[in-house]
Amino acid sequence: MYRRYRIPSVWQEMNQMQQEMSKWLNLYSPQRMESTRAYPAINIWADEESAIIAAEIPGVPKENLEINVTGDTLSVGGERLLDEIPEGARYHRQERITGKFDRSIQLPYTVDVNKVQATYKNGILKVILPRIEAEKPKKITVKS
Amino acid sequence: MTEPKTLGLQDQEIIKEETERTRDCHCYIPRTDIYEVNEIIHVILDMPGIDSNAIEITLEKNVLNVKGYAQIPDFDNHTLVSSEYEPGDFERSFRVSDSIDREKIKANYKDGVLRLTLPRAEMAKTRKIEIKAN
Repeated sequence: MYRRYRIPSVWQEMNQMQQEMSKWLNLYSPQRMESTRAYPAINIWADEESAIIAAEIPGVPKENLEINVTGDTLSVGGERLLDEIPEGARYHRQERITGKFDRSIQLPYTVDVNKVQATYKNGILKVILPRIEAEKPKKITVKS
Repeated sequence: MTEPKTLGLQDQEIIKEETERTRDCHCYIPRTDIYEVNEIIHVILDMPGIDSNAIEITLEKNVLNVKGYAQIPDFDNHTLVSSEYEPGDFERSFRVSDSIDREKIKANYKDGVLRLTLPRAEMAKTRKIEIKAN
């Protein structure tokens, strides 16, 4: 009886400690999932034949976006500019970030450069990167 | 010469509401720049991923409220393999002073950025008052 009572109580203690720890960790970690701190933030969708990459880049006219694909690497670069205001006027508030950015992403396959499609709409850049034919997975049937 | 600043990613603040949201996505506070030039206040909000007809701007009493509803992208057959941002709605309110000409507030949305211009009313424009010497 004694042992049966003791063991769960230790676990309870441990559980409590763990909860306490994660509470503190959550307090000091950002709201969003941990990620690399590179700009822009990128989401990647993939299937066997292609990958779709979406990046949040508001306020950069599409002419100023530089997108390059070489082999298996996609790079996205550009600059976020601050509105120029005449002398004497000043910003009451400035929260939007400005500056140059350049980010590269390596894919696990060679990209068919001729079939890459990029669109920029509502501040979201979307690039579709198809895999080259030679590297597409082939189904192999087992002979009996 | 100033070194060009390299961009780092900022955390997007999420609105914490007391009531529960009925939409299944986060609601963010758009990052905003505000400046005033020639009696016109410019308000610039980063709201990526919102369609221009899904933006609601209302002015009630002294509160200018901006809402944007996101369309969460979905690609058939593709699975999300890496995610650094979560698309979501945006909402922010600003207190507007009485000196703003309410009829002349304009809004423009382009490339994920909403720009509002709030001109000061003729009446409220600063006038220089001469002091008469007796």
